[in-house]
Amino acid sequence: MATWQEMVNSRANTLLKGIKDFVVETGELSYFAGRFFKETLKPPFEFKELLRQCYQMGNRSLVLVGVTGFIIGLVLTLQSRPTLIEFGAVSWMPNMVGISIVREIGPVITALICAGRIASGIGAELGSMRVTEQIDAMEVSGTNPFKYLVVTRILATTLMLPLLVVFGDIIALYGSALVENLKGDVSFQLYFNTVFDALSYGDLIPATIKSFFFGFVIGLVGCYKGYYCKKGTAGVGVAANTAVVTASLLLFVVDFIAVFVSDIFYEL
Amino acid sequence: MNYNMEKDDNITQAQKAASMETIETKKLVINIKDLRKSFGDNHVLNGFNLKLHEGENLVVMGKSGSGKSVMIKCLVGLMQADSGYIEVMGQEVNTLDQDHLDALRADIGFLFQGSALYDSMTVRENLEFPMRRHKEKLGNVVDTEPLVLEALENVGLGHTMDLMPAELSGGMKRRVALARTLILKPKVILYDEPTSGLDPITAKEIIELMRTIQRKYNTSSLIITHDVDCARVISERMILLVDGINYAEGTFAQLSASTDPKVEAFFKK
Repeated sequence: MATWQEMVNSRANTLLKGIKDFVVETGELSYFAGRFFKETLKPPFEFKELLRQCYQMGNRSLVLVGVTGFIIGLVLTLQSRPTLIEFGAVSWMPNMVGISIVREIGPVITALICAGRIASGIGAELGSMRVTEQIDAMEVSGTNPFKYLVVTRILATTLMLPLLVVFGDIIALYGSALVENLKGDVSFQLYFNTVFDALSYGDLIPATIKSFFFGFVIGLVGCYKGYYCKKGTAGVGVAANTAVVTASLLLFVVDFIAVFVSDIFYEL
Repeated sequence: MNYNMEKDDNITQAQKAASMETIETKKLVINIKDLRKSFGDNHVLNGFNLKLHEGENLVVMGKSGSGKSVMIKCLVGLMQADSGYIEVMGQEVNTLDQDHLDALRADIGFLFQGSALYDSMTVRENLEFPMRRHKEKLGNVVDTEPLVLEALENVGLGHTMDLMPAELSGGMKRRVALARTLILKPKVILYDEPTSGLDPITAKEIIELMRTIQRKYNTSSLIITHDVDCARVISERMILLVDGINYAEGTFAQLSASTDPKVEAFFKK
């Protein structure tokens, strides 16, 4: 039986290994991001592949983002309605829903959905390309696989996510307006007029800026996990899985930083 | 497996030995000296040496995990060797910058063990892909279709141009991969286990194709394999890679007649 000293040593070693792995992975991810910026600015540019990736990631995510946005708008309104009625503040519904969706719920939910769909997809795709030596084949043929596979995907997610967020926000507001129209006899025009009156550039700009960062994080993590996938089919599964988990966690970190920074600007 | 193709072409081992003497006077295409590569405590290559001459078919045989694929990957710069000297067509690979390495790679064809066709592209796009960066080598062609068709017809698959790799059988994938290595008209072709995972008939077809291509384009070939029958049919010279070094060298006939237990182990049925 292990003594308490051995148990403490074992736990301490596990903890130290965990910290070391975290530091190493953070360093590698930072290096990967640095390489992305370097390669992005260096010709030749892969415009055709970038457009293809934008289509794959943007257009193919519309239904998922739309359905989720619609349900979020619907549920948020239905859940908030009784409380607002209790306080006699139901007329504030469009303002409350509009601001919360545009500033926070829309970008975060859309980013989380895209982390699930896009980051795992990129992780699995690049992972299987690594395992089946397709990335090596590209390199041997004189094409820079980092530029062709990684740069295009990260740029595509960075450019497409803000558009998906805007699309998701609009659909969510329609969902909310539908509930208000059915339950409170509020016309769509009145609902949207109230929402737009309540919103300011201070709500829209930080949300849009952070959506770009969300997109960057999703693409970066998905590509990093896939590009350095360990050998074997099990490695592909791990790459897809850890891409979603890491991207989702990083999204919350980025969200916290974005809210913190935008708060400083509000106070100025 | 017994491909038994020497009889078809009337090439005897004696003729091969004679042609070997001629080959050794030809220009060196690949020169590897004292190549070393380790993964932690696992010393895979411990001072491997290799010389490949113009127009020669050299087979490197070794057990699984003996470092054959590592050696071939160091050769094209896919892996960094710990130490040693690698020269390909007069250029030292380890000292080349990325642009020069890419230019050198245009003269090297690489057939991967699992074919490594790009899943998301059609056969045509797979073949066009290497041309993207090396159009000047092909005379800045605008219409790539004739080149793609020629490469595919060389491997007897002209009709598969618009198919996806998933629609092809294992043997067809290997042939398309071979066509892709040919598209840039390389001077040297590296084959990593060209017959692995194929049935004997398809393997025989692939070997026959390799010989036809070698004759047609006068390429030098470095073939990594552990398939004795493949080695017997295609090799002009062989190197046995054991414990990270070139343990034995010679023609197939010389090595298969060896009484050294480590050499014998390769040729035992």
